[in-house]
Amino acid sequence: MVNNLEETIYSNQQMKKMLTDMMLIRSFEEAVEKLFQEGKIPGTMHLCIGQEATAVGACAALTDEDKITSTHRGHGHSIAKGAEIKPMMAELLGKATGYGKGKGGSMHIADLTIGNLGANGIVAAGLPIGTGAALASQMKKKGYVVLCFFGDGAANEGAFHEALNLASIWNLPVVFFCENNQYGMSGPVKEMVNIEHISDRAKSYGIPGFTINGNDVIEVAKATQEAVDRARSGEGPTLIEAETYRWRGHSRSDARKYRTREEEKDWRNTKDPISKFKERLIEESILTEKEFLEIQKTIDTEIHEAVSFAEESPEPSLDTLEVDIYV
Amino acid sequence: MREITYANAIKEAMVQEMRSNEDVFILGEDIGVFGGAFGVTSGMLDEFGPERVRNTPISESAISGCAVGAAMMGMRPILELQFSDFVMIALDNIVNQAAKMRYMFGGKTHVPMVVRLPSGSGLGMAAQHSQSLEAWMAHVPGLIVIQPSTPYDAKGLMKTAINNDNPVIFYEHKGLYNSKSDVPEDEYDIPLGVADVKKEGEDLTVIATGIMVQRSLQAAEQLEKEGISIEVIDPRTLVPLDKETIIESVIKTNRALVVYEAVERSGYGAEIASLIGESEAFDFLDAPISRLGGIATPIPYNPSLEKAAVPQVEDIIEKVKSIVQK
Ligand SMILES: Cc1ncc(C[n+]2csc(CCOP(=O)(O)OP(=O)(O)O)c2C)c(N)n1
Ligand SMILES: [Mg+2]
Repeated sequence: MVNNLEETIYSNQQMKKMLTDMMLIRSFEEAVEKLFQEGKIPGTMHLCIGQEATAVGACAALTDEDKITSTHRGHGHSIAKGAEIKPMMAELLGKATGYGKGKGGSMHIADLTIGNLGANGIVAAGLPIGTGAALASQMKKKGYVVLCFFGDGAANEGAFHEALNLASIWNLPVVFFCENNQYGMSGPVKEMVNIEHISDRAKSYGIPGFTINGNDVIEVAKATQEAVDRARSGEGPTLIEAETYRWRGHSRSDARKYRTREEEKDWRNTKDPISKFKERLIEESILTEKEFLEIQKTIDTEIHEAVSFAEESPEPSLDTLEVDIYV
Repeated sequence: MREITYANAIKEAMVQEMRSNEDVFILGEDIGVFGGAFGVTSGMLDEFGPERVRNTPISESAISGCAVGAAMMGMRPILELQFSDFVMIALDNIVNQAAKMRYMFGGKTHVPMVVRLPSGSGLGMAAQHSQSLEAWMAHVPGLIVIQPSTPYDAKGLMKTAINNDNPVIFYEHKGLYNSKSDVPEDEYDIPLGVADVKKEGEDLTVIATGIMVQRSLQAAEQLEKEGISIEVIDPRTLVPLDKETIIESVIKTNRALVVYEAVERSGYGAEIASLIGESEAFDFLDAPISRLGGIATPIPYNPSLEKAAVPQVEDIIEKVKSIVQK
């Protein structure tokens, strides 16, 4: 993969947008984490802090008509696909103004109008569903491509294998995008698979597979673009494995006994997708430090407004309990 | 006696069985260093090592089928699924394989495995992490179904489950894991098909399962103050079911209410209600048999909606009054 920004196909504007989206995701999740600690968010949440480049890079290759399926760790996917953060935040607080009217929560944020077919509480469930959405695209000649996000852990579910095979034999316009953040809830990928790269599994299904640096947003965007182009031109599915790292614990309570603090520090200090990309943009005079601070300021305001919106929004009324069970 | 939590009571039974029987082992996702999603297996890896505390990939289909095969060949696996909702992915192995194997093979094999399923709502985990689908399991011939409501029962029933030669579905309630009660350190078992009268009473029999046993006992306390005395029965095992204890109680109190968290429609409470209706207790009834179960909705995320979806203490009180004061 090419790492020189001058050779990228992206305009300065597009690259600044990628940086901004990554920063928005991180700030959103830092706010979520704080609200959770304050007891304002019920249940649990799975943060993707440290993994922002996979969501943003992958979605940069998609059009508004293209679709994604997401995972339990889906805030980043949602934002990168264009979700509004006010109804996202409201959903996390269980409010009536949320994407799911307070009924779904963090693990079930969806917005079909922007092509987000939903986060999912069931590991690997998004792969067959995404395959089906790609089938609809093919049958109705819609031209859209579907990108399925999933984790390294999900690659050990039968659903992963069955979906890849089906998508391959039917030549469907789908991109299987694995965010390999090195662990499931605790299971290290090194112990849970006996191959070097999850992308090697593509061979078994007769489709191309690549492993890329998931913390380099440009590399992610370019690799995804190639896969999306293949899918759109009728050449079928691709498996992309993007290597990354989740900085936080798996969910609300995680003593992180399955990994070392040194390893965490190394990923944080030397491979942070946001500060790395920011430095590159500054080095190549695409961005100034001042602009960066301004972007952060705008984001802070946006987050602040989203939190206020969510906090001031009404709870869903009890009469909605049995609404939307059937059409 | 010392008090321990429901989670630790389950662990203690597993640990004691693993110490005394080499064939017993546990497999599941994140049950090693992580200690399980709810901490039930914490420390077990240190004592028994990775051979017998097998941390698996996220592969419910493979690990459940693997438990079936190992059980057929003389092992006694305990399978931990992180949330009972994920049993859907393991169901073929449990329902089409484990449950019927012995019957289809003319009695020539048996499948001694325990499937541990953390179930229930109340934790804000929404629709895919909060279900109570024990009726599905109870419907399948060949499966034993256990649903303990106290640490004491959980420990004794887990020992029974591990030593039973059939596939056993062991429903744990996530909302009970931290509840405490007196539990003997020594090993003991609680037989299958023996209900426990958790509280004696005169005016009405409540048959409750899972976390509803605790809620019914709380309701009983408040009702007592208003002069209404209810008997609370916990069947503890759904399959086999202790019919006698339920029927005798209803003959004594002349009124019956079945309380369960699962969706009321087609839930296991319907089975209990019809059992009473078909029994000699029918002639003693002073009021129609009633059910109080969950609303027929997926479990919502918002905490107020979530509470409204399943019976709460106040709902039980109100329902009891509506029957007794008629
Ligand atoms: C079918 C199923 N099994 C288990 C779980 C519990 N669980 C939730 S997330 C998770 C780990 C998933 O790992 P991975 O796919 O690598 O995604 P990550 O959490 O690392 O983003 C597990 C085991 C689940 N939600 N669904
Ligand atoms: Mg992972």
